[in-house]
Amino acid sequence: MDFNDTPEEAAYRAEARAWLQAHAPRPTGKIDNGLDDPVSMDASRAWQREKADAGYACITWPKQWGGGGGAAWQSVIFGQEEARFETPANPFAIGLGMCVPTVMTAGNEADKERFVRPAARGEEIWCQLFSEPAAGSDVAAARTRAVRDSEDWVINGQKVWTSGAHYSDFGLLLARTDPDAPKHKGLTMFWIDMKAPGVEVRPIHQMSGASNFNEVYFTDLRIKDSQRIGEVGEGWRVSLVTLMNERLAIGGGGGAGHRQVLKLAGEIATLAGPAIRDAGLREKIADWYVQAEGLKYTRYRTMTALSRGQTPGPESSIGKVVSATLMQDMAAAALELEDQFGIISDPRLAPLGGAFQTALMSAPGLRIAGGTDEILRNIIAERVLGLPQDVRLDKSVAFKDIPTGR
Amino acid sequence: MNFDFSDDQKFLKSEARKFLDARCSMAVVRGVLDDPAKSHDAALWKAVTEQGWLGAAIPEEHGGLGLGHIELCAIAEELGRCLAPIPFSSTVYFLAEALMLAGSPDQKARWLPKIAAGEAIGCFATVERPGVLTEAQIQARVEAGKLTGVKIPVTDGDVADLAVVVARDAGGTSLFLVELAGPGVARETLQTLDPTRSAARLSFSGAAAEPLGEPGEGMALAEAVLYRAAVLLAFEQVGGADRALEMGRDYALGRYAFGRPIGSYQAIKHKLADIYIKTELARSNAYYGAWALSAGAAELPVAAAAARVSASEAFWFAAKENLQTHGGMGFTWDVDCHLFYRRAQQLGLVAGGAKAWKERLVSQLERRNAA
Repeated sequence: MDFNDTPEEAAYRAEARAWLQAHAPRPTGKIDNGLDDPVSMDASRAWQREKADAGYACITWPKQWGGGGGAAWQSVIFGQEEARFETPANPFAIGLGMCVPTVMTAGNEADKERFVRPAARGEEIWCQLFSEPAAGSDVAAARTRAVRDSEDWVINGQKVWTSGAHYSDFGLLLARTDPDAPKHKGLTMFWIDMKAPGVEVRPIHQMSGASNFNEVYFTDLRIKDSQRIGEVGEGWRVSLVTLMNERLAIGGGGGAGHRQVLKLAGEIATLAGPAIRDAGLREKIADWYVQAEGLKYTRYRTMTALSRGQTPGPESSIGKVVSATLMQDMAAAALELEDQFGIISDPRLAPLGGAFQTALMSAPGLRIAGGTDEILRNIIAERVLGLPQDVRLDKSVAFKDIPTGR
Repeated sequence: MNFDFSDDQKFLKSEARKFLDARCSMAVVRGVLDDPAKSHDAALWKAVTEQGWLGAAIPEEHGGLGLGHIELCAIAEELGRCLAPIPFSSTVYFLAEALMLAGSPDQKARWLPKIAAGEAIGCFATVERPGVLTEAQIQARVEAGKLTGVKIPVTDGDVADLAVVVARDAGGTSLFLVELAGPGVARETLQTLDPTRSAARLSFSGAAAEPLGEPGEGMALAEAVLYRAAVLLAFEQVGGADRALEMGRDYALGRYAFGRPIGSYQAIKHKLADIYIKTELARSNAYYGAWALSAGAAELPVAAAAARVSASEAFWFAAKENLQTHGGMGFTWDVDCHLFYRRAQQLGLVAGGAKAWKERLVSQLERRNAA
């Protein structure tokens, strides 16, 4: 048991590092990392193209489709090495992590030929159109309608929480094609052109102040039957491919952590002396440390399985459910430590540049996005521990007859 | 990346599980629980001795298997899983580790082969009163090689042949080896929360005591032994937590209420998912501890403290929530939940409670950040 690379891994790492040193773009200071800035987006696209040319984009995909034809462990190692550099923002993650793999798994040959390579090269960006106002954790309750009209389908409805919809070229759309069928049986998957008439994108103003997500409205959007991915009524089965990738893709917290709390506690006084001498706080720091470290070493176990050519065990499913709450707990405790000063979020005035204020306002999103804490616990209980699903009142009822509440 | 047991170590672990499934059923554990005269299960102790497990990490030159600490961790997890009612931890994680850490060549040659052969049971005699082990609480004293004082509680003190004792002497506070069969030693078996692991009060009145390690280094050496033991105990705790989770899961699948398995209710599913999460975090922290222990790394104090905190939390949570999942039946003597509930506390306290370990951890982090 050690943390060392095998000779093969070490060789790959050295090669990747040398390539990155020679090719990674130097930070220009001109890029604000907001992808709405065209300079930023151009830099992202250029970097993706350069990686694709060298076989470092989509490392595990076949070479014939613009991938690297490599193994999962190579992808992990390249990711680690790339993280050492200040590379441009990555607007491709959702497309390459979820949408395009779905096309590769369930799409027809023409779609694969048309879409996979341009996506891998960063020429085209994808977004995922699954969640709806009335279909959050219950994604299969999607109501956006696709109605057949000879060789076309006509789409009406609304999606929500769509990351990057405003700069995406294509979207992977889950739509209701048969409201008379039970919920999971009346869905069909399509790809759509995000720039087509009938598609309207509106940003969502988040509680954190940022706008990372959008609402997407469809009004009589007309698409071809050839844009269907998989059979009519098979949309749910197809979506499982996408969702499985989503839960792997949404990683851990980052940002302000136990090290920063420890630092802060060294600089702040309480009624009973320096905060760092406070026994209650010290216990909490220990608790946070073992959770954060436990996650880190759990990731190492996952990487070890990949390195040995094995499928990672179910332990990789615990990441987000632990890290999101950890982030929220640490942020709230740090603000309490700052006491009255804790209300200040101005990065010029708040301790540590307002890192904990930012974390506090982002944490609720992390606890919800890509599967809520509650849904993730259900998944662990059902898929890892083998416990039965909850009773489903909606399973064998026609979708149109399922109670919807408000 | 190679952060998991190797194939050989996994094989050893699965063989250990098979072996213990056959020889350490819950009936064996209950045999010790229900018989106040039994300090441990002698047949299991003999069987474990014959497997060579006592000497797994003891070098071959001293009669051990010379495998290493990772292998010992794998065995520890399996012993913890079946709640093995034997003085394994006192003998191996404490006595043998103390000897390998601080023993003279002569002391190692004298005792390690006996430990490996199952001819010497050990114990670690440190505390004398309620509260965390500190130098201030130590009254036991050695003068002219004779030990006087009282140590309580000493796990396996009633059956041990050789004790590692922390006591004051002319040099300050030091470690000593004391043969418990000799004159000047009185032992009294204690009534404890977990009767499947025995404990005693050891009263010394002029017992022969031989220095172990440098004089005046007693507290530092005791701490160093605790760090090593903490990693190994963490594996026992992870094993116990894993088994408690399986019990809870199995019960939740078979028990029906309101017309369906209780395991289909989210209240139970989320509880069991939380046990799984804590257990996997503890396992990962324990792996890091195992690496630090086997590599002799400078990170051992941080790694051991994190492993201990994480594993104590995980086993306690698993034990109490497994019992809760069983409802009223979980509160009966006949259902095994309380065996895990008892052992979780025993293991959580035996090398010092979580509060003290959290303090050790944060002190280490402060030191590391300052450096």
